[in-house]
Amino acid sequence: MERLELKHIFSWLHDLLVSTGLGEPWLSVVTYLMLGAMMFGALSVIALFLVWWERKISAHVQQRFGPMRNGWHGWYQTIMDAIKLLQKEDVRVTNRDKFVFFWAPVICFVAAFLAYIVIPFGDGLIVADFNIGILYIMAVTTFTIISLLMAGWGSNNKYALLGGMRSAAQMVSYEIPMVASILVVIVYSGSLSMVDIVESQSGMIFNWFIFKLPFGPIAFITYIIAATAEANRVPFDLPEAEHELVAGFNIEYSGMKFAMFFLAEFVNMFTVSAIAVTLFFGGWNGWLLPSWLWFLGKTLLVVLLLMLFRWSYPRLRVDQLMEFAWKFLVPLTFANLLVGAAFKYLGWYW
Amino acid sequence: MGDLRTEEFVVNMGPVHPSTHGVCRLMLTMNGEQIVDAEPVIGYLHRAIEKICENRTYPQCIPMMDRFEYVTAMSTNELFCLATERLAEVEVPERAEYIRVIMLELNRIASHLIFYGTTAMDCGALTPFLWGLRERELIIDLFEETCGQRLTYNYFRIGGVANDLPIDFVPKCRSALDVIEGKMSDYTGILNNNPIWLARLKGIGTAEADHALAWGVTGPVLRACGVAHDLRKDDPYSIYDRFDFEVPIAQEGDCYARYLVRLEEIRQSIKIVRQALDGLPEGETRTKIKANFKPPAGEIYTRIENSRGEMGIYIQSNGDKKPLRVKLRGGSYNQLQFLPEIVRGKGYLIADLVAIFATFDVILPEVDR
Repeated sequence: MERLELKHIFSWLHDLLVSTGLGEPWLSVVTYLMLGAMMFGALSVIALFLVWWERKISAHVQQRFGPMRNGWHGWYQTIMDAIKLLQKEDVRVTNRDKFVFFWAPVICFVAAFLAYIVIPFGDGLIVADFNIGILYIMAVTTFTIISLLMAGWGSNNKYALLGGMRSAAQMVSYEIPMVASILVVIVYSGSLSMVDIVESQSGMIFNWFIFKLPFGPIAFITYIIAATAEANRVPFDLPEAEHELVAGFNIEYSGMKFAMFFLAEFVNMFTVSAIAVTLFFGGWNGWLLPSWLWFLGKTLLVVLLLMLFRWSYPRLRVDQLMEFAWKFLVPLTFANLLVGAAFKYLGWYW
Repeated sequence: MGDLRTEEFVVNMGPVHPSTHGVCRLMLTMNGEQIVDAEPVIGYLHRAIEKICENRTYPQCIPMMDRFEYVTAMSTNELFCLATERLAEVEVPERAEYIRVIMLELNRIASHLIFYGTTAMDCGALTPFLWGLRERELIIDLFEETCGQRLTYNYFRIGGVANDLPIDFVPKCRSALDVIEGKMSDYTGILNNNPIWLARLKGIGTAEADHALAWGVTGPVLRACGVAHDLRKDDPYSIYDRFDFEVPIAQEGDCYARYLVRLEEIRQSIKIVRQALDGLPEGETRTKIKANFKPPAGEIYTRIENSRGEMGIYIQSNGDKKPLRVKLRGGSYNQLQFLPEIVRGKGYLIADLVAIFATFDVILPEVDR
C-alpha cells in the first residue's frame, strides 16, 4: 500500500483542477482553499468527537450512561447539538463593545486551528514543515489569551471580565513552565521542526523522549500540568469556575458564538495532547499500523488522561494556582532544563 | 509610582447563586479578592410555616413540617410528633419507635451524602456529587416504598407511624447499607488524600469551640471543634439510649474537620440502623388517637439532633385542636449567623467562603421557615 501523504492529495487535487482547464493563479488559490477546508473539516469532526467522548467518559466515571438516544451510544448527539446551536438566537447584550464582542469568538476559533499547520498527523501528513515549528505553535496558541480577554471585556459584565482576567493571568503564568519543559526536548532533539523532533525519536520505543531518564518524564509531567492549565481544564478551570464566577468569560455568549468557544476549547485540548505526543511519545512512530493511526491513538490516550483529570479532581483556588505555577513549576522546569542541557553538553546521554 | 487608590466594595453573592444551596444572599465587603466582612441576608424562602401551623389541626401540621427542612424531612416529622406526644402523653408502640429510628438515621445518611456531594461540587469536583446522590437514591427508594414519597415524607403520625414497613424492607435496607458502607472507601479515596482537596479545606474556616458555643452552633460544626455534643447521647429522645454508637469529633474546627466528622457520622448511622433492624420487634405501629385530637393546655420545647445540629420546636397549646403558637429552631439558622464571625477579617477569598458555606451545610428552608 502506498503511504498516505498530504503531498499526494495535493498533487491529485492539482491534477484534477488542471484537467478542468483552470489556470494560475486561481489554480493555487483553489487548491489551498480546498486543503484548508479539508483540515477544517477533519478538525471539526475531531472536536465533535471529543465532545461526545468527554460526555461518555464523564458519564462512565460517574456511573451514568451519557448520551444514548441518537444512534449507537448517542454517536451523533454532538452533531445535533451543533445544529441546535447554529439555529439558536444570537443574544447580544446592549452595552457590549460591538467590535470586540464579535471578534473574540472568531479569534479564539481561528487561533485554535492555526496550530495544526505544523502538527504532523503522520509520516508526511503535515501541512507545512516549518523549521521553527514548535515556536510557531507556542506563538499562535497565545492568541487564545487575547480572545478570552476580548470576550471578558466586550461582554461588559463583571463576571465575564473577572473570568477573562483570570484566564489571561493563568495562561501567561503557565506558558513559562510549558515552554521550559518543551525546551528540554528541543535540547535533546536539536531542532525546532516538528518533523525533525519526531524523526529523532524513531527506532525503538526507548528513543521516545518520555524515556530520556530522568529529564523526559519530569518534562512530560510538568508539560501536561501546564497544558491542562493552558486548556483551562480542571483542576485549573478557574476562568469558568461556576461556583465563583457562574460561567466566566463566555457568560454573555449564546448560539454559535458560544459553540465557537466551546469547540475551540476541545480543539485546544487536542492540540496540547498532539504536541505532547509529538514531543514525548514519538509522534507517528509505531509498528505495522499506518503512522496516522499511531498518532491519533496516542493523542487520544493523552486526551483521555486530561479528561480523567477533569472528572476526578477538585479545583484549585486562584492564589494557590498562581503559587503552584511560580513557586513550584517554574523552578522545577528550569532546574530540569539546566541539568538536562548540562548532561547533553557533556554527552552523558543515550 | 504614586499611591494606588483602593477602596472596599460590596458584592452581592446570591440570592440566586449556584453555591448558596438555595436562596441565600450574602453581602460581601471585599478588599480586592479578599473578604473583609460578610452579612447574610435571609428571608427569601420564608413561607410562614409557623403561622400556617396555627391554623391547622395537629395532624395537619405534619405535612407542613416536611417543608420546614426538606433535606431531612423525617427529622422534622419526628420533631413535631415527639413534641405533641410529650404534650398529650401519647405512648408510641415499640415497633414504631424502631421504625422511626431507622428512618431518622437513613435520612441522616442521605443528608450527609448530599453534603458530601455538594461540598465536592462547590470545590470543583463534579464526580463525588453524582456518587453521593447515587447511594442516596437507594435510601430514597426505601422511603418511597415505605411511605410513597421521595422528599416530603409525611410518614410519622402522632402516636406512631402512618403504616408498617413493606414486606421486604429489612433485607433491602440491609443490602442498601452494605452498598453504602462499601462505597465509603470510594468517597474517601477520591478526595481525602487529594492535595488539591486538602489545600482547599485544611486550615480554612477554623472555628473555636467557645466561639461556636457562644453563637449557639450545634451539630457537626460544633463537634468538629472538639465538643462532643450530640442530643442523641446528651438528651436521649425516642429510643436512642438503647443503641451503641459513638459521637465522632475532631479538634481542628476547620472545613476538613467538618467534612471528616460528617463522613464518620455516616458510618455511625449505618451502625445504628443495623442495630435497629436487628432489634425490630413485631407489633402495633400506631397508637390510636382521637379523631378530634386535643392535647391539654400547656407548652413544650422539644429538641432532636438533626444532621445540621439541634432542631427544636416550641408548641403552645390552649387545649384546642389547633396549636396556639409554634416556633421552630433550625441548626442552619445559627450556623448562618456564625458564618460572618468565621470569615470576618481573616482575608479569605470567595472560593474559601464557598467551601466554608458548603461545610457548614446550611440549607435555606431551615433558616427562613
